[in-house]
Amino acid sequence: MEKKKIKLPHGIPGYNLSEIEREIPVTEPPAWPVNEELKVVGKRIKRTDALAMVTGTAQYTADVQLPGMLYGRMLRADFPHAKIKSIDTSAAENYPGVFAVHVFDNMIEGANPKDSQQRNYPEVKYAGQAILGVAATSNVIAEEALQLVKVEYEFKDFVADIDDALKENAPVVYATDVDQEGSDGGEEIEQGLKSKGNVRGPSEGSFYGGPRGDPEKGFAEADVIVEGTYRTQVQTHCPMETHGVVVDFDHGDVTVYASTQSTKGVRNDFAEHFNLPKSKVRVICDFMGGGFGAKHGLGNFGVMAGHLSKKSGRPVSLMLDRKEEHVSAGNRPNSIQHMKIGALRDGTLTAMKLVSYGTAGVGLGAGVGHIAQAMYECPNFKSQQYDVFTNAGPGAAFRAPGNVQGAFALEQIVDELSVVLDMDPLKLRDVIDKSTIRKVERIRGAEKFGWKNPKEAGSSNGPVKKGVGLAQAHWPRFVNLDSTVEIRVMRDGAIEVRSAVQDIGTGTKTILAQVVAEELGLKTEDITVMIGDTIFPIGPSSGGSIVTGAITPPARNAAYDVKLKLLDIAAGRLETETENIITENGFFMIKDNPDKKLHYKEVLSRMRTEQLTVTASRSDDYGGFMLGTIGYGELGSVQFVEVSVDTETGFIKVDRVVAAHSCGRPLNIAQIESQVNGGIIQGIAYALYENRIIDKDTGHQVNANLDQYKMPFSFEIPEIGIEMVEDYGARSSTDATGIGEPANIATAAAVANAVYNAIGVRIYELPITPAKVLEALNKVKKNDDE
Amino acid sequence: MNKFSFYDATSIEEALEKVNSTVSSTIQPGASEQASVLKAGGIDLLDLIKEGLSKPEKIVSIRNIPGMDEVSYDEKKGLSLGANVTLDKIATNARIKEDYLALHQAAEKAATPQIRKMATLGGNLAQRTRCWYFRSMYHDCFRKGSSVCYAQPGENQYHAIVMNEDCASVHSSSLSTALMAFDAAIEITGQGGKVKVISIHDFFVLPSVDRTRESILEANEIITAVIIPSAKGETKSHYIKMGERESNDWPIADVAVVAELNEDKCKKANIVLGAAAPVPFLSEPAMKVVKGKIINEESATAAGKAAMADATPLSQNAYKIPIFETIIKRALLALV
Repeated sequence: MEKKKIKLPHGIPGYNLSEIEREIPVTEPPAWPVNEELKVVGKRIKRTDALAMVTGTAQYTADVQLPGMLYGRMLRADFPHAKIKSIDTSAAENYPGVFAVHVFDNMIEGANPKDSQQRNYPEVKYAGQAILGVAATSNVIAEEALQLVKVEYEFKDFVADIDDALKENAPVVYATDVDQEGSDGGEEIEQGLKSKGNVRGPSEGSFYGGPRGDPEKGFAEADVIVEGTYRTQVQTHCPMETHGVVVDFDHGDVTVYASTQSTKGVRNDFAEHFNLPKSKVRVICDFMGGGFGAKHGLGNFGVMAGHLSKKSGRPVSLMLDRKEEHVSAGNRPNSIQHMKIGALRDGTLTAMKLVSYGTAGVGLGAGVGHIAQAMYECPNFKSQQYDVFTNAGPGAAFRAPGNVQGAFALEQIVDELSVVLDMDPLKLRDVIDKSTIRKVERIRGAEKFGWKNPKEAGSSNGPVKKGVGLAQAHWPRFVNLDSTVEIRVMRDGAIEVRSAVQDIGTGTKTILAQVVAEELGLKTEDITVMIGDTIFPIGPSSGGSIVTGAITPPARNAAYDVKLKLLDIAAGRLETETENIITENGFFMIKDNPDKKLHYKEVLSRMRTEQLTVTASRSDDYGGFMLGTIGYGELGSVQFVEVSVDTETGFIKVDRVVAAHSCGRPLNIAQIESQVNGGIIQGIAYALYENRIIDKDTGHQVNANLDQYKMPFSFEIPEIGIEMVEDYGARSSTDATGIGEPANIATAAAVANAVYNAIGVRIYELPITPAKVLEALNKVKKNDDE
Repeated sequence: MNKFSFYDATSIEEALEKVNSTVSSTIQPGASEQASVLKAGGIDLLDLIKEGLSKPEKIVSIRNIPGMDEVSYDEKKGLSLGANVTLDKIATNARIKEDYLALHQAAEKAATPQIRKMATLGGNLAQRTRCWYFRSMYHDCFRKGSSVCYAQPGENQYHAIVMNEDCASVHSSSLSTALMAFDAAIEITGQGGKVKVISIHDFFVLPSVDRTRESILEANEIITAVIIPSAKGETKSHYIKMGERESNDWPIADVAVVAELNEDKCKKANIVLGAAAPVPFLSEPAMKVVKGKIINEESATAAGKAAMADATPLSQNAYKIPIFETIIKRALLALV
């Protein structure tokens, strides 16, 4: 491909901003200046779909109504481990209003045994596992029909608790070695590892490589060593909109309406399961009520809806209810992390060792990520991460998979190291953290928060003690080059942006409109964005904080191509050369004679054909893809938290949070703040409230609702201050990246560090409930018989 | 959720004619398939139906019966609250806030603003426990006819710390915590319009007495009002609820204190604990400690300790003891 050299802004305004020359394809546009000099990009732009969302006209998957549509419901196992001896569905099939019944013949979730022998029915591996489904004229009739199904089980011993599953004679979930492909959500699953009992692994590497140096030598060199065991709970995703699809299987042409983070993923899964060409499967996701990582593929419910639609010849809507969502639709695996860190007196790290165990139930992906490996400079590093199988619903990618768990351990042990070294934890990070972006975030965040070297832990007066803490996050900057945008320009003045990429709810539609508007000198509302439909060019999945960095450069590249074509038309009309024309405020005008101008709609009306279509993708990162390096070009964040802890009741109130973040070139400040707010709130929920509780003796989740599974509500949400740091990396035509995941990583650790600073006792296990605070303060007398 | 028919009753007589079962009876093994039950706000009933625990054939709404949502005050008789008075109305009534502060506080802290607009006083008193084993169709527990209490060996962090030997559930009405402290009376209308008035102290039923229900209500009865005696001159009250969240949450522990005071001296006090036992729990040991004493840090602390002296916590809920001790102390100190 022909290349050209351009100069792009590089670095952090107010700190080290400069210019850098990069070689880029000739088809891509010249560099944008920093945001300050732009009109639409980098501003607070109202969502283009805000009105539709707040007035209820936005159509979500559950809102889809098609002629003759049926409702699907699934029968779920009420015991956690069993062989199914027989299933009698005859009464359900004959029940008035029922049009189709389908029984699963394999388990389409979790990990797959390699020597999967042919069985009549897949084995039940967790309480709540779907066995079969029915489609009927209403949800009530479908549920009544399910009650008529007779299933004969042969019960087996089960284990639903990670500590029990680690015991020598624990019932075994999978008798053979198993594997599982990771989703586009970015869980790191190493293939081909062996299992012993319920324990699979260890995995010793990540995409940052394997172990480094010699940890034992590093510990021998250390002046101080800190060790600890950190535990995190299982968190379920709890999107407002549950998982679900509507499948319309019409003589081999299939339309799937899906609440999904990946229209292409659903399309690919559906085509594969039903042996159809991808071109026969159309997937539509207009609006999305949240995903957080668990909505990448078709899911077993989607497979079920496909079979029910195919059998009945009617469209089938199958939405999970809230209980199914908790039990079967994915979760953030728990973790037990044994961590050891060695340092010199000045803070320099000499060695780090991490051994972790986590359970994703019947699935894989319970590692604790790469954050310990990647965030700080430490010459000697080793981690061993084990998956533990339990008879519980499968985990799924969940907002920065692994790294939220990992950060809870890493950022607490670094905090503890600062206490041992008697150093300000902020200063310690200046020593051990080589990231430029986080350095600037520490400076600006500390200023906004008013951070001073924290007072001695537990030293405030009275029963309610104040404390402050900070924690950092690291997230790699991923891209997906298979990202394409089409722009269609019409003679009547319409400008449409089209891509299969879906808007997970963060405002992808709006940023696409902004980027195209900026390039064409228009306003956001001049642009119509039509996305979330696989009849358009394929876009990235909403996972790994990829979307913004993947799809906005193609949008700008396409808009640039459109602009070049329109400039030719305008130059002809204005009787000048193309290079003399600029676009601004909706006009094409002569640069040195702005009175000579044409409204853009007039330019469009002069097109030779009714419509003009341009399709563009993006090249590899300018300067080459940087994954694998630590520091610059990665997404950092630093969060500061203040809490009040009532030492008599154990009650914790998060008073305020200051979050300093970066995402390359910020595109829409309002939407970015909304995502960071969401990440912090979800992080506080993880720190203090959320916890999937399974009864060990029955294997059932006892809080599979939103009443007893505790989410934060309005009083739990603190004052949040956000400091956005522009960070130009000169990587693409927009130089933007996502922020969904970095927003969520540091919060729980920062809360835990603040709790320590408040009460002087460290709490090593999430969620930090009043019970744990009171126990840590030795205020709870244990039962005699314990 | 099962199908059911819905009847909107226009009078108490009519409602009583249509109803043939308490909600509690529908949860028991062998419950009638033709059960017809009362609904006021429907908050509790809907959750029970959604889980498949209660499958009534007919729901009789008393929500729109005229005259059941009135608040009146009589110097002699006291405060009378119709059974359909909403929690929101209790939380926003000026006289209740002035004279019955603990009730105001209990109502204000209950549920969400949306639920408070729907939930009624009668329904709140008649609601079933939120024990997650009781609420789960997969756990055939002691209260649903088996001999097993799953909470005792299981997940009992929110469960009872006193009187928990048969069933460790806690009563879920935090309004009752306050109402019991005020010695409220409950007006119940039976068949033929027969009215009886029961002290709230006799209204709740321990699982050891009858595992199938939590109050004495029968199928042919409706709570029609709650009466709270008029406040005597120097009576003061206070209510504290402690949850894991400040927003809508079930209490880990709550306490209501109503005391007759002479300056800072306590002539007598009612101290009632919620979320401590299967019924709202009147703590006589704590009351004895403060009776005739000046209320100060020392006596208030002693009252908290006395209340918890005989607690029998389970594997995961001993942390409730220091919380009760603290909120009892704080509620007493708030009076002076």
